[in-house]
Parts: sequence; C-alpha cells; structure tokens
Amino acid sequence: MPAVSKGDGMRGLAVFISDIRNCKSKEAEIKRINKELANIRSKFKGDKLLFIFLLGHDIDFGHMEAVNLLSSNKYTEKQIGYLFISVLVNSNSELIRLINNAIKNDLSSRNPTFMCLALHCIANVGSREMAEAFASEIPRILVAGDTMDSVKQSAALCLLRLYKTSPDLVLMGEWTSRVVHLLNDQHMGVVTAAISLITCLSQKNPMSSRPCVFSLQIVSSASTDLQDYTYYFVPAPWLSCKLLRLLQCRLVECLETILNKAQEPPKSKKVQHSNAKNAILFEAISLIIHYDSEPNLLVRACNQLGQFLQHRETNLRYLALESMCTLASSEFSHEAVKTHIETVINALKTERDVSVRQRAADLLYAMCDRSNAKQIVAEMLSYLETADYSIREEMVLKVAILAEKYAVDYSWYVDTILNLIRIAGDYVSEEVWYRVIQIVINRDDVQGYAAKTVFEALQAPACHENMVKVGGYILGEFGNLIAGDPRSSPLVQFNLLHSKFHLCSVPTRALLLSAYIKFINLFPETKVTIQEVLRCDSQIRNSDVELQQRAVEYLKLSSIASTDVLATVLEEMPPFPERESSILAKLKKKKGPGAVSVTELDDSKREAGELNGGGERAAETASTPSPSADLLGIRSSAPMSAAPAAAGSLLVDVFSEVGPAAPAAAAAAVNNDVNPILLFLVTFKLALSLSRFVCKNNGVLFENQLLQIGIKSEYRQNLGRMYLFYGNKTSVQFASFSTTRLCSLTLCPQLNVQSKPVEPLVEGGAQIQQVLNIECLTDFSDAPLLNIKFRYGGALQNLTLKLPVTINKFFQPTEMASQDFFQRWKQLSQPQQEAQKIFKANHGMDTEVIKAKLLGLGSALLDNVDPNPENYVCAGVIQTKGQQVGCLLRLEPNAQAQMYRLTLRCSKESVSKRLCELLSEQF
Amino acid sequence: MRFMLLFSRQGKLRLQKWYMATLMQIVLARKPKMCSFLEWRDLKIVYKRYASLYFCCAIEEQDNELITLEVIHRFVELLDKYFGSVCELDIIFNFEKAYFILDEFLMGGEIQDTSKKSVLKAIEQSDLLQESNHSGIILFSH
Repeated sequence: MPAVSKGDGMRGLAVFISDIRNCKSKEAEIKRINKELANIRSKFKGDKLLFIFLLGHDIDFGHMEAVNLLSSNKYTEKQIGYLFISVLVNSNSELIRLINNAIKNDLSSRNPTFMCLALHCIANVGSREMAEAFASEIPRILVAGDTMDSVKQSAALCLLRLYKTSPDLVLMGEWTSRVVHLLNDQHMGVVTAAISLITCLSQKNPMSSRPCVFSLQIVSSASTDLQDYTYYFVPAPWLSCKLLRLLQCRLVECLETILNKAQEPPKSKKVQHSNAKNAILFEAISLIIHYDSEPNLLVRACNQLGQFLQHRETNLRYLALESMCTLASSEFSHEAVKTHIETVINALKTERDVSVRQRAADLLYAMCDRSNAKQIVAEMLSYLETADYSIREEMVLKVAILAEKYAVDYSWYVDTILNLIRIAGDYVSEEVWYRVIQIVINRDDVQGYAAKTVFEALQAPACHENMVKVGGYILGEFGNLIAGDPRSSPLVQFNLLHSKFHLCSVPTRALLLSAYIKFINLFPETKVTIQEVLRCDSQIRNSDVELQQRAVEYLKLSSIASTDVLATVLEEMPPFPERESSILAKLKKKKGPGAVSVTELDDSKREAGELNGGGERAAETASTPSPSADLLGIRSSAPMSAAPAAAGSLLVDVFSEVGPAAPAAAAAAVNNDVNPILLFLVTFKLALSLSRFVCKNNGVLFENQLLQIGIKSEYRQNLGRMYLFYGNKTSVQFASFSTTRLCSLTLCPQLNVQSKPVEPLVEGGAQIQQVLNIECLTDFSDAPLLNIKFRYGGALQNLTLKLPVTINKFFQPTEMASQDFFQRWKQLSQPQQEAQKIFKANHGMDTEVIKAKLLGLGSALLDNVDPNPENYVCAGVIQTKGQQVGCLLRLEPNAQAQMYRLTLRCSKESVSKRLCELLSEQF
Repeated sequence: MRFMLLFSRQGKLRLQKWYMATLMQIVLARKPKMCSFLEWRDLKIVYKRYASLYFCCAIEEQDNELITLEVIHRFVELLDKYFGSVCELDIIFNFEKAYFILDEFLMGGEIQDTSKKSVLKAIEQSDLLQESNHSGIILFSH
C-alpha cells in the first residue's frame, strides 16, 4: 500500500478506495480498514472515515474533530465537516450543542454558501434540539427581502423538516401569509421548494389558495416557457404535482367549511338567504359525491341530507332524497344512507307531491341491500296499490329486480312476484313473469310452494291474465306436487284453469292448451275430460289458426301416443340456461334518475348466478337475448311474438333430454321452430345415442319415419373425417334440405369442423352424402351439434343431433411393457390427473366384448401388464393440434359383484375426467 | 420522501440518505420487467436500475410514484452532467460529490430545485471554493 502523502489527501482517498476495492476477501477489507483507521486516528481524515462508514463499519471516533471542522473558514473543511455530521452524527449526540453553535454562526454569516451548508445540516439532522435552536430564526431568513434565492430554497425545506419533526416549535402564524407569497416568486426554484412547505403548512393553517391556483395556471399553460424547469417537454412536472396535491387538500378543507356553515343558525329568516346557502351546500355535496374518496365528508353529507329529509320545505326534501340516491351508491356512505330508511318510507307514504314520492321510491331502491330488502320490497308493494299510474311500471320492475336480487328464501320471491301480478298485473311486463317461471323451474325447492301459491291465487274471482299465464305454466309443470290434497286434485286444478280460459287472450289460451296436454301426462285420470275440451268445436274449429292447430295436434297426440311416448314428450322442463335477467335491461332503458347503475348490473349478474343454483353459465349468455329467448332458453332462428313461443316451449324442451326409456340417448333433437306437428313426425327413436359411438365409428346415427342418418368416420392423429348419409325413407321429395353445424362457444376453439353444403333436394327413397372434416385443436367435452332442416310436404322439419365426435377418437395406441406402464402410472400421481369411477355392469361381463370395446376406444390393450390377469390395462396418446396427452387406463372387473372399477390417469386433468365419463357408460 | 438509497447489483450500498434500510434484498430479488413500485412496511418504494446501480426512494402513501421516478432520473441526469457519463465508479470515488449534488437537489426529502442549471451552478461554485483552498482535503493535522 502506498504511503499516504501529506498534502495530497484527495489522492489519498482515491488510493484508499482502490485498495478496498481490490481486497479479495472480507478479512482483507477489515485488515485494510483497521490499518487506515489507525492512520486516521493519528491524522484525522473525515472523508475516508465517511467511506469506511458507508462500507458498513462502525465509526466511534472523529466526531469531535468533525465538529471542529465546522468552525473552519475554509470551505472544503466546513463542507466535509457538515457532510460528516449529517451522515454520522446521531441526532441526540452530546455534541449537538457545539454543532448548533457553529450552525448559528454560519446562519448569521451572511455568506450564502455557508448559510446553505448550515441549513442543509439542520434539515438532514432535524433533531428537536435543532428545532429549539433555529425554529424562530429560519422563517426570518426565508421571508427576508435580501435573502438570496438559493438560501430561500434551502430555508424553506429546512423549515419544513423542522415543522414535520417538531410542529409545536415552529410557530408559523404571522409568517404563513408571507410564505404563501413565495409561490409568486419569479424564481421557479424558490416556488418549487416553497410548495412543499406550503402543502404541509396548509393542513393546519388557513391560507389563501389563490397563489396556488395562479401558479398552477402558469405551469399548466403551454404559453409560458419555463426554460430549465421544463422536463422532457413537460413544464415543471414536480411543481405541477405538488400544486395539484395542495389543491386537493384545500378542496377538502373548503368542503368541510361549507358543511360546517350549514350547521350555523341562519342569519336571516328570508328564504333567499337559506336558498342561496343551500344552493352552495348541494353543489358542495354533489362535488363530495363526485369526488367519492373522503369517507368522512360523504358521511357528513349524508347526515346533512338526513336533516333535510324532515325539513318543512318541500324543495329541500326533494333535493335531499335526490342527492341521497347518489350517496347510496358510494361504498362509504351506503350504511349512513340506510339509517334514514324509516324517514324515506314515511315520505313514500305521506308526501303529497307525486314527484317527491317518486324520489323516495328511487331512494328506497338505491339503498336496498340484503339486510333491508324484505322491508323495502314490502313497502314498495303496498305503495304500488295506490301509486300513480305514471310510475307503476317502473315500480313493478324495481320490485321484481329487488325481489330476485336479494332473495334468500325463494318462497318469499314467489310470493312477492305473485303479489306484484295481483296488485299491478297490467304493469307487469312479460320479462317479469318469464323470470319467475325461469326461477321456479331452475329451483326445485320452491316448485311445490309455487304450485300451491298460484293455485290459491287463481281462486280469486277476478284474476289478472298474467296470473293465469303463470298459473297455467306452473300447474302444467308442477301441478302433481299439490295433487295429493283433495282440495287441489287434478280435476280441481284443471277446472280452475279452464274457468279462466274464456276470459283470456289468444296467447294465454294457447299456453293453457299446452298446460292441458301436460296435465294429460301428469294425471292420466284427466285425459277424458281434457280430450273432451279439446274436441269441442270452440277449440278444434277455433278461428284462430294457432289455437285450432294446437287443439287438433294435442288431441291426436293424446289419443295415439303410448304412455311412454307421452311421458317423454311432455317431460318436465329442464333447467333454463342461466342468464342475466332482462328485467334490469328494461329498467335501464327507462333511464330516469333512479335508473340502474352499471355496477348494479354487474351485481345482479353475480347474484343471478347464485339464483340459478350455480352450474355453468350458458355459453351464449354474452349475446343479448330477445325477451322471448330469455325465458325460453332456446334461440329462435326467426323473431316471433313472445307469447306463442312461450307456449310452444312447453313442448320444445322434451327434445333436449331424453326420458327414462332411453337414459343416455343423447341424439337429442331440439325443435327450434315451434310447430307441434313435429311431435308426430319426429319419432322417438332416441335410444341411438352418443355413447353408442364411443367405441365404434360406423352405424345409424338417427332414424325416424322420414329420415335415416348413417355415419361412417375415420380418424388419424388429430384429424378426422366423417361421412354422413341422409336417406329419405318416404316416397316424397325433401325440399330445402340443409344442414348447419353448431359448435357451442366453448367447443369452437377446441374442435374445428368443416363441411360442404348438401344438395337441397332429396328425392323419395334417395340418399345423399355429406363429408365433415374434423380437426381437434385441444381436448374437449361437448359434442358438436348438427342442425338439419328440410320441408316435407310443406311442413318445415327441423332437428338437431349431437355428432358422435368424442375425445377418444383422437387416440393413438401406445404399446409398452409392464415395467414402463407402472413407471408412467406412478409419474401421473397427482390427484387431479386421476379419474376413477366404480359402477355397476350394464351388460354381460364377457371378456371378448370388453376387449373389443377397449380396442374400439382407440388405445392399445396391453397384455401381461397387470399382475391380475382379470384386469385390463390400456395406453395411448390423445393427439390434439396443440399437445399430446398421454393416457393410461385400468379396468378392474368384479364378476361376483357385477361391478367395475375404472381408473384413468392422463397428463391432462380434463382428459382423465372426460374419458372416465365416456367409458363408464360402455360396460 | 423518507429516504433514498443507491446500491449496486452486488448489494453494496453506495449512497444513503436519511435512513439505512434492509430493503436492498427485496429490490434486488425483483425481475427486470417488474413494476418500479412496491409497498414496504408503511411506505411506498420507487426504484429504478441504471446499469449496475439501483436508485431506490421511499415515499409516503399520498406521494406521487411517477414523479418520484423522475426525481431519480433527474438526479441521474445531474450526476451525469456533472461527472460526464457517470458510472458507478464515479459515485464510489466521488461519493461526497454525489452527496453534495443530492443536497442541492433534494433537502429533507423535498425537492429544492429541479433546474439542472441551478443545481450544477451551486456545485460548481463549491468546487471553485474548494480549489481556492490549497490545502486539499487534509482536514486536520496535529
């Protein structure tokens, strides 16, 4: 190490630093430092000490020497002394008195450089002792006319530091106004430094914000060139941020002042006085709501409005109700608003002015949540009985929305909606009664109650037609749930419904006819009575073509179809796909002050999810359903009037699931066009199912009296080709024959199905062919649908089939030895990779049949792998475009118990699950 | 602003102002594309890496993060202008200068002056004063 030469301290430091950097180990560094420390002890070197300190070593000496440096007249010595002190000296060091003395001298030296050094030191140490010593001195320096700009800047920030550490010692009072004027300084550096101080001071000291606004105008106006203070073309960004922050604080203060003033007794009895004052107050409150970030202000605003709710001045009550509506939607003030519920309910009951009542109703709607929903809904219902006609429809929508949104107990929901229909039936739009039916159908815990309640409601001599619709629909579906009671026996139910028939419009009558045919299925004992009704001239020869057609078809259906077929056709409606309530959209359309906010819509989406008992959201939820589709849960190809569609839907859904006669029959035909003729034509050979094609590729997919569809398919890697053969079994031509592939939204990105259009004409007895090209993009569970339409003798035929494309079609067999198999088996050991099912054998447990099925599955059937020769193991890879999924399978039959245990382990969780589902239906 | 730290990628502290912190490891562990802001105790940390050096500021909840990022940048610009293409070694060997520049730019955690000219003028002045003191930096002799 080179000797440190006297008189060349700068080089000495550099050499020392280099030495430290060259040290290979921590020990070497400590050795070098100890050596240097010894050196410094004899000849004090502040800079080196500092460096050592920064390396993380304790420095316990040299402080006194540093303090002595402060009194030096040499700038460098003073500077290093101050630096040493501000970094090393603890703020409660006993040396502080000496340091303070030196600082005092420098502050009064009138040498700006020395003054700045001293101010920096105070700011950096910021101890209480320093505050005591200098708190009164610094403001003087700050505002003195002859202080240099650079000193002013340092003084401002130094004062701020002291104010932060010891606010009690910094008495700004008299200085404040002069400090604020620093914002008007010509020197932007002074303004920048001053703004920090002023922002802090303004929290405690009232001051004018005019200089602040003024500076902001200068800074934000593009016209002024701020030269050095423009940062990457942005004029004084730091200053702007600070100014805006200051204005925010000032704003809160102003708003508080305005709220305070509202509490003061009026200075005049004149209405002009209170109006003028309240005008400002309401403006302030609307700003508070707009600002929506100061919980304290929001709650105070709410309390102030609460006082106005009972003011004798109607104008004020009106405005208070209106403002509170917006307050209710803020999370900070929602609870505060709720405390006024009684007053608002009272306003709804007693206000003489309809517009005030309307505001009260809006507010009740806005403040409603789970905790008060029952009370609010009850009040709104009772108000509806006397409500003005002008607001009834909106009230009905609001009650319906609240009842659904906050329903915990669904019998309450049903009661509420039925009450709604009873009280204001004319104002209950279709959306409302569709919705109640949807919910009843989707929730089996409420169906019996709903049936009982509608039955009772229908007893009333004058029943609203909407009640008849709901009654017809619900009894048609769930009348059996109350049929045990002799007071509501099947015939009583039927007679009750039919007693309303003649008073109803055509759409309702159409719905009732559908309910009747459902009755025939539910209660065979009513068959004769109902057939008689259908047969009478007023039905079968009705001038309305829809009614006539229904009567004719239902009559025919009930007489020729077997009980099984009837049961299948007229099976209970399956749950509706979960959708957002269209009532909300309707209310939103009405706009007005109480309209639903976007968040509420989101809310209701979420709540609707709960309401429908979870389950996967239907893929098509995203598209806006037409009002009828919303209820029906089907997508009509052509828009049609809601009511007949609703009626038709009673029948429609029998096709979407197949009755007990054919449990797994998935070749589900969905009749999109509501044409009951189809009931006869689409026969019910639905036993042909998707599951039949899991282990084979060829066969008859569908057959009825008109049409036979054969299928042949081949697969390689992730690609497949499917040949569909459409055979016309009749002697009459099929016209406008067309097919459409339908992939659900989830399936679309998983499976790519392409086809060419088919010939539009299929002659009697002829067969046409269609080729589908299939590409598996990733694993999937749904099956693609094929919609087939054609005209047979003028009647449009429409059916939808599931195409038997299943994930196992993309299997590539993998041969492997026992050892490999079990090694891989163990590798797939995560619990979600495994799917297992234990199930009863549906067919004989013949070894050859099982083997054939397993081979048909597409994987390799491995011999001599499982130690138990009774068991079957398979291995294969599912090829998708994106990835390959390795799959291992083990099937353990138990001949005694006639049971199987099926275990699948795949590298992808969803594949294990799906394969397990598919396979367990095969044995 | 509560404090500013400069440290190297190796975790060596190069400059500290106001508080020592155990924050370095947290910042060093972060990946390059991560956000420049993080919550730390009751403070918000704003940091940025320039070559091998991390510049790290702690600010309070109501402070503006973006403008703090630019505080760092302006400080780097000041260092750069003063040293001429500043590198970590400049800050190691002239750490006291870096401190002086920081003092002219920030004081007690608040911005004193944002103008490059003003800050550097003050430093140049003090350099001039230093040169007029011929005693170099031997500060104390017995």
